[in-house]
Amino acid sequence: MNPDPNPTPPAPNATLILDHAAIDRCLKRIAHEIIERNPDLSKAALIGIPSRGVEMARRLTALITEFTGAAPFSGMVDVAMHRDDLHRHRIPPRVERTELPHEMRDKTIILVDDVLFSGRTCRAAMDSISSFGRPARIQYAVLVDRGHRELPIRADYVGKNMPTAFDERIHVRFEAVDHIPDSVWMSRP
Amino acid sequence: MISPMSATPSIPASPPQRADTGWTHKDLTSIEALTADEIKSILDTASAFKTVGVREVKKVPALRGKTLVNLFVEPSTRTRISFELAAFRLSADVVNISAATSSLTKGETLKDTAKNLEALHADIIVLRHSSAGASQFLAERLDASVINGGDGAHEHPTQALLDVYTILEKKGRIAGLHVAIIGDILFSRVARSNIHALLKLGARVTLVGPRTLVPREFEKMGVAVTHDLDSVLPDADVVNLLRIQHERQRKEYFPSLSEYTAFFGLTQQRAELLKPDALIMHPGPINRGIEIDSDLADSARSVILDQVTNGLAVRMAVLYLCAGSRNG
Repeated sequence: MNPDPNPTPPAPNATLILDHAAIDRCLKRIAHEIIERNPDLSKAALIGIPSRGVEMARRLTALITEFTGAAPFSGMVDVAMHRDDLHRHRIPPRVERTELPHEMRDKTIILVDDVLFSGRTCRAAMDSISSFGRPARIQYAVLVDRGHRELPIRADYVGKNMPTAFDERIHVRFEAVDHIPDSVWMSRP
Repeated sequence: MISPMSATPSIPASPPQRADTGWTHKDLTSIEALTADEIKSILDTASAFKTVGVREVKKVPALRGKTLVNLFVEPSTRTRISFELAAFRLSADVVNISAATSSLTKGETLKDTAKNLEALHADIIVLRHSSAGASQFLAERLDASVINGGDGAHEHPTQALLDVYTILEKKGRIAGLHVAIIGDILFSRVARSNIHALLKLGARVTLVGPRTLVPREFEKMGVAVTHDLDSVLPDADVVNLLRIQHERQRKEYFPSLSEYTAFFGLTQQRAELLKPDALIMHPGPINRGIEIDSDLADSARSVILDQVTNGLAVRMAVLYLCAGSRNG
């Protein structure tokens, strides 16, 4: 991949926080941390939260395979139908497929998302997973932790801690999803 | 990802993939008023909801705390139960009101009944009514979401949606397919909604039945009309057989049920004319031996029970989308 050195910002006043190379380093480090914490990778399943969490889970799975030869399960979990704030949306969020391991009892589910903010998405994802079965444990990997938690939730793997003001926004762009080079941006209202 | 930013729904520039459904209607009163994209959005949402039915826990909290009222002024069992189960699976609370038990029999107007339901904070009203336009009438007057569960001979939108969903699921596409709708078209809201949905999604539609029940007038909708079933079957990808409503004494429209079967029933012999992969559909309840041969109804080509299963997923999608769009 030849990343454009100056990708177009997603908002006029957005500043670049992570470029392609920095995201690559974050993902490789997280992949190594997952390998370290999960000696039996055949029992690990990386489950992305749509939409960019799914791409990130796919990338982490590929890196783990590259580093160890193991091929953990890679899937996704819909959170739209498990959120408690449908009434706060103007347009209903998309409901996505859910792909989880058939048998979860002995599995470590590693939830993957691009940005950790209030923690409500993670809660919805855990609720959704528990309606399918009872995994042995759930871990949580995010590319950016921007703070402002509204629930007692913490990530096990963090690409970058990025303190933000509440009304600032983080935009994550993945080439495979957004057709612009991998990049993370912050914008003010 | 949209969720952490849900309080501020402004979308950053150039996201090629939508994070929302694009659905902006609080009501579903007809297929005619929908765009092809809106129909596709419902079908997409339905395919995600279909998986809820095979989970260990067949319930999601999307509509927790919402109240749905099934206001069925005209009798129905399958549509009402399908909406009821869809609401249960979405964690909504459900109240059923049928004509016999409601104050409508005491002379209360439909609007007053509905206003009373709204005063009790009903969020969604599913209305089945014998008058065309009844659900549109309520939708314009209530803040609650109004879903048309069948209004007279006008439309039955969720039936058409589950029919196209089933075709899409089995055939992988709608555009370019040839769908024959057979039987009592004149009085059929199912036929009208199906015609709108199929044409918007690019299918070709032929209506087949006795002259009295399938007037040429329908050609104005953009469909073909014929009274010769045998000429249509070899080219049809889907045959949708509508129920002959013999309990309504349609004697004036055809001489006898056996004559209807002789000309328009899907018999074993006629089924030989069908393409091997043609789908046989029926909105139910079926009259075995009248519209369709009993064995054919149970054959591998029949997707009649798939339609029932998919109806649940489609209604979950409709409830989710309409209830989620009330906040504009």
